[in-house]
Amino acid sequence: LKNVNEMLNCTKFVNQIVHNGGLYKRPFNEAFEETPMLVAVLTYVGYGVLTLFGYLRDFMRQWKIEKCQNATERAEQKDFVPLYQDFENFYNRNLYTRIRDSWNRPICSVPGAKVDMMERVSHDYNWTFTYTGRVIKDIINMGSYNYLGFAQKAGTCQEAAAEVLSQYGAGVCSTRQEMGNLDKHEELEELVARFLGVESAMAYGMGFATNSMNIPALVGKGCLILSDELNHASLVLGARLSGATIRIFKHNNMQSLEKLLKDAIVHGQPRTRRPWKKILILVEGIYSMEGSIVRLPEVIALKKKYKSYLYLDEAHSIGALGPSGRGVVEYFGLSPEDVDVMMGTFTKSFGAAGGYIGGKKELIDYLRTYSHSAVYATSLSPPVVEQVITSMKCIMGEDGTTVGKARVQQLAENTRYFRRRLKEMGFIIYGNEDSPVVPLMLYMPGSNFTTTCHVLKIGLFVFSFYLYVKCIYVLKRS
Amino acid sequence: MAAAGMGQQWVLVEMVQAFYEAPAYHLILEGILILWIIRLLFSKTYKLQERSDLTPKEKEELIEEWQPEPLVPPVPKDHPALNYNIVSGPPTHIITVNGKECINFASFNFLGLLDNEKVKSAAQASLKKYGVGTCGPRGFYGTFDVHLELEERLAKFMRTEEAIIYSYGFATIASAIPAYSKRGDIVFVDEAACFAIQKGLQASRSNIKLFKHNDMADLERLLKEQETEDQKNPRKARVTRRFIVVEGLYMNTGDVCPLPELIKLKYKYKVRIFLEESLSFGVLGEHGRGITEHFGINIDDIDLISANMENSLASIGGFCCGRSFIIDHQRLSGQGYCFSASLPPLLAAAAIEALNIMEDNPDIFQTLRAKCERIHKALQGISGLKVVGESFSPALHLQLEESCGSREDDVKLLKRVVDYCMDSGIALTQARYLEKEEKCLPPPSIRVVITVEQTEQELDKAASLLKEAVQSVLN
Repeated sequence: LKNVNEMLNCTKFVNQIVHNGGLYKRPFNEAFEETPMLVAVLTYVGYGVLTLFGYLRDFMRQWKIEKCQNATERAEQKDFVPLYQDFENFYNRNLYTRIRDSWNRPICSVPGAKVDMMERVSHDYNWTFTYTGRVIKDIINMGSYNYLGFAQKAGTCQEAAAEVLSQYGAGVCSTRQEMGNLDKHEELEELVARFLGVESAMAYGMGFATNSMNIPALVGKGCLILSDELNHASLVLGARLSGATIRIFKHNNMQSLEKLLKDAIVHGQPRTRRPWKKILILVEGIYSMEGSIVRLPEVIALKKKYKSYLYLDEAHSIGALGPSGRGVVEYFGLSPEDVDVMMGTFTKSFGAAGGYIGGKKELIDYLRTYSHSAVYATSLSPPVVEQVITSMKCIMGEDGTTVGKARVQQLAENTRYFRRRLKEMGFIIYGNEDSPVVPLMLYMPGSNFTTTCHVLKIGLFVFSFYLYVKCIYVLKRS
Repeated sequence: MAAAGMGQQWVLVEMVQAFYEAPAYHLILEGILILWIIRLLFSKTYKLQERSDLTPKEKEELIEEWQPEPLVPPVPKDHPALNYNIVSGPPTHIITVNGKECINFASFNFLGLLDNEKVKSAAQASLKKYGVGTCGPRGFYGTFDVHLELEERLAKFMRTEEAIIYSYGFATIASAIPAYSKRGDIVFVDEAACFAIQKGLQASRSNIKLFKHNDMADLERLLKEQETEDQKNPRKARVTRRFIVVEGLYMNTGDVCPLPELIKLKYKYKVRIFLEESLSFGVLGEHGRGITEHFGINIDDIDLISANMENSLASIGGFCCGRSFIIDHQRLSGQGYCFSASLPPLLAAAAIEALNIMEDNPDIFQTLRAKCERIHKALQGISGLKVVGESFSPALHLQLEESCGSREDDVKLLKRVVDYCMDSGIALTQARYLEKEEKCLPPPSIRVVITVEQTEQELDKAASLLKEAVQSVLN
């Protein structure tokens, strides 16, 4: 690791500190250091070498010099149109399989601060895995999104969930509009509305589905969606399914957003020039890929000036930002009434599953009637609902203790300490100072895999990582 | 080589000669043209959008004048879908709806596993070991050993190579279809396909061809048309994938798809079959393996089977099973799998225990089917309502024989029937649809769900109560 860092001898820095007078009540420090030239070149060279080797191996496989180990089509269906195009699978066969061991690692304990992992080995270069049966115990967990530590196997949350499980069972077997609306769901929604400071809220069974099934209910043909460059796949899918026109603005760039808004209102719909029915801006609270926080005061100012609507996805920021964990709106000291649609998930900070949308009563009434999820999808499972209720009450302090508040403060301190120490050691860290998601840049494909193996051997850390479109590998910490 | 070199040299010499011999105006003209090309290459591109004859002041005025629609239109207070029934307590066999105790004929709890003690204790054990949530997607430390175990068990139960689980039933088929079928591919789908399939098809951006419900002749006609198209353009046909998407037991009509004929069509026209078995898994077949067991078909003939675990298994989530060649692809391309948190372990443990019960008691399927036949017969005689669905289907529809005129009035009438039944102790519900979004909107109906826990007296009571209700409401 030390060798890699010495190579990252960067002097260029892109640091943005904004004190925009009335809009921002606190300093906003985000940094996205530029990649050093040598590192960028070496990364691309690394990829080039991998691709060449990939072609070589494919060639060898075609000429039967090497055994082909991935699954193949049935003999009876050999004359059907091939299911996968050759290049789709090139990446899978030749690049991904080499380092497949770093993903999908199975664990066998609660995803708390320390986690137990099942040991697995591969005797054929990651084509198949076998479990040795040994369990590697007590690995420090820096890969699960367990921000406030509510994923616990003992404690008030777990006991309450156990109680509800024995009373209600695990499933629901019906949709919200038919026979799946339990009293627990009504309790949860009333609590979420109080937590966020909005008039009303509605909860759904899956965070991904909350976006992909509600955005089509809100906007349709003739509407305009302005979506951030780096939005999550669920927001992109929801926007596509709605049928509205989508325009992308540069990540967190308010000039780009303003330009798009101006042009949209002045010129209207393309070709027909009719005015747009409505404009919806899709942003996230914390972007999990970059670790950046949305410039919410500026977005709200723009939204008010141009009369558009704001959809804020707080999947990572709810519970993790703000002095009392109320999310990015509280972090900036703004009013929840300014955000038209506040969406979030229960998976990260609350240690449960599912998503919610909060807003004005008319909005939620409309969603109750026309949301795809309310009509066709099963409602939340009762023990999961209970986990959310208990953890939310804990954060709000309604259970009579200060545990929740202490956890939120501890998370903020941990975040700042960790980021400061990593910077002191010389790593390149992306993102906002206060964001608990820390992308640590490693760049080269080779160094990534060896890093993961090495740190696991020491027994200390468990990282998660994934590939980036721009050929940069990233280590994350939550 | 030397001769070629000489040849090249000759061309060069000729060129230089020509240059010297050309008239001056010719050279000047060529020089101007080259400069013009260079200027065009480096000048700014001409953006249509920015070409505007409006002054900044006019733009300001336009921005001032523009009034958007409200974010959502107001919903009338008495909208039928706005006021939910509130269920206090578990939605089991005896259910308390809006404060009244009723017998549950509305939850899809076919095998009665919702309040099974063994299932609950397995879930409790898992809760004590893992807590509730998984805090991560499958790729990043969200894979627990329970998930792997559940996938293995499902694959073994269905006798396929591999299975993959999703954390939400709706997302299962809606993520599976776009993983394989892309823009330019062709999908033949039944008109009565459920909404999740429709969303999956919309996300895939493929060409959708609807065929009349369960009409194999219509499907064959479409396939033949496609064949003639292919002969016109064989190159394109070689890379266009084709799929047929059908359901085992249709949610909207309660009948089964003719699977043997579909398999014949599959091999004749080289089309792949995706089968959605949410209602037929754990219901049809000798051991509950679904429609393939019901018809005695080799499971490898079906390319992908998708089902949700929210009906017979009384848990949450869904799964796809099939050969590894097909299923493994979803681990990187299934959106609902890669970008979403994994299934909470307690729900996975509940599903495993439910599978155990299904394997240990294979006679419950026959019991369920016998009950379905019984009530199907009993509901036949009601004048004013017609029963829609197969005799062995546990999810039936009751539609009005004669419509009142408009859909709204039909819905109101059926609501009165449902309310009458609820007041007398039978919990029923109307089948809910999004009227503007469905491709082929089914007529309004009452959903009747049969479970193994219902006794014969209760079934008879329900049938007679429905008869009474219809008579009193229609007269």
